[in-house]
Amino acid sequence: MHEAARRAAERAARDSYGRLLAFLAARTRDVAGAEDALAEAFASALKSWPEQGVPSNPDAWLLTVARRRQTDAIRRRQTSKAGEAHIQLMTEELEAAGTSPDAIPDRRLALMFACAHPEIEAGMRAPLILQTILGLTAIDIAAAFLIPPTTMGQRLVRAKARIREAGVPFAIPEREDLAGRLDAVLDAIYAAYAKGWTEIGDTAAERLADEAIWLGRLVVSLLPDEPEAKGMLALMLYAEARRQARRDTAGAYVPLEQQDIELWDEKQIMAAEALLREANQAGPTGRYQIEAAIQSAHVARLVTGRPNWDSVVALYDVLLGLTHSPVALLNRAAALAETEGAEAALASLDAIEGDRRMADYQPYWAARGHLTALAGRKEEAHEALTLAIGLSTDEAVRHYLIGQRTALQDG
Amino acid sequence: MRYMMIIHHDDEAMAKAPQRELWAEYAAFNEALNKAGEGFSGGLRLSPSKESTVVRSHAGKTDVLDGPYADTREQLAGYFFIDVPGIEQAVEWANRCPSSKHGAIEIRPIVEPKAG
Repeated sequence: MHEAARRAAERAARDSYGRLLAFLAARTRDVAGAEDALAEAFASALKSWPEQGVPSNPDAWLLTVARRRQTDAIRRRQTSKAGEAHIQLMTEELEAAGTSPDAIPDRRLALMFACAHPEIEAGMRAPLILQTILGLTAIDIAAAFLIPPTTMGQRLVRAKARIREAGVPFAIPEREDLAGRLDAVLDAIYAAYAKGWTEIGDTAAERLADEAIWLGRLVVSLLPDEPEAKGMLALMLYAEARRQARRDTAGAYVPLEQQDIELWDEKQIMAAEALLREANQAGPTGRYQIEAAIQSAHVARLVTGRPNWDSVVALYDVLLGLTHSPVALLNRAAALAETEGAEAALASLDAIEGDRRMADYQPYWAARGHLTALAGRKEEAHEALTLAIGLSTDEAVRHYLIGQRTALQDG
Repeated sequence: MRYMMIIHHDDEAMAKAPQRELWAEYAAFNEALNKAGEGFSGGLRLSPSKESTVVRSHAGKTDVLDGPYADTREQLAGYFFIDVPGIEQAVEWANRCPSSKHGAIEIRPIVEPKAG
């Protein structure tokens, strides 16, 4: 019984945390206060469920307990008449939700938009979304974003205080504001995914990738007419489909063009393709749709048996025109080497050669090393690969590059 | 922001690490530091802590003690300098340092002298 009750509480924590928090914080706009109330409700659940049994509706139970604690806290803070009226209204609303739990509206998306509000520091939007929607701890998030836990904790507290002080509304913005704000929500989710994707071999990071995909599905289900949301979900699914192929049995890094396509998850690829088709119905418009299309061109070799580099280069041209990102230029160069050769690819890199952002950007030096080696410029290749090795944080990638450099000397 | 990156090693664990590979990775890491620009400087490696000497002067008397200075397994083993916008990038550099796998990298912001 104890075990079953504990599991029920954990399941409720996992599945309902964000939904309950969004509901509790919607009127007060006090995310931190709502978190405290919810934490206490979960603590009571862990104490009382094993003895008294799991309630028929765990969410409603948790909401009722959290609401009591929340109204007490607000009462202690504000005693004015206006405050009382506010509490009355909130109590009634929560009471109604507690007795007919089906009426709990899904406000997670509104909470995500609050976290992505321009008032919130850009770098904190993704961490804030992960904490409030998924209930990840500051320690988990800090590890994923390479920030010391105490610093992350302080920043999260500040960001939540900002929501309250600035009176950030918990609402999906009107059409005209939606684009900018949806971009921030998508960027936050994708940043979380990218963290979970690059830091491989770390189970916490993989969990982060799963959570990001789950959030992506939520956005698509709640805003089914937004092509960029579908494009982003497709992009994550394409990457996820290749997770198993990125490492060989010994754990060594395997570059895309050498991956065993047998290891690609065809079901996920098909799901990504379907999403991308839906997103593109009115023609590709945004960054995520184009990036997903590039992935689609990469996996085309699953069907045709050969890679489709011409399309990849053409799509990178579109992306470059849209973002002017040095990273897009770099990726385009890698594809260009396949269609026009290494020298042409290297020439295209001249545009970012002196770019300060590239000086300690590991993928830039790894790509330069690869291209100069292909072009037979051994000395340059040695130097670039050495820099890339020195800038690596991933063990498997570092070993792969050391292998490349050794091959250069022997070849 | 300038940071001094302080490398702490457990001398015993360090001796067990694959030496050739480790120092090859260190050479690459130092080169990356030297190329990273102004404010960066490649690491300096210190002799093992058992070779350290500690001097204390008080009341006109000089005490000379043989190391290690502190009674902990992890000892100061080397250091390097970086100049980056903030702690996130500093953590990234600490992560790149081959010693992060065999010990710990302590990140300490340098207090800049006040102008004027």
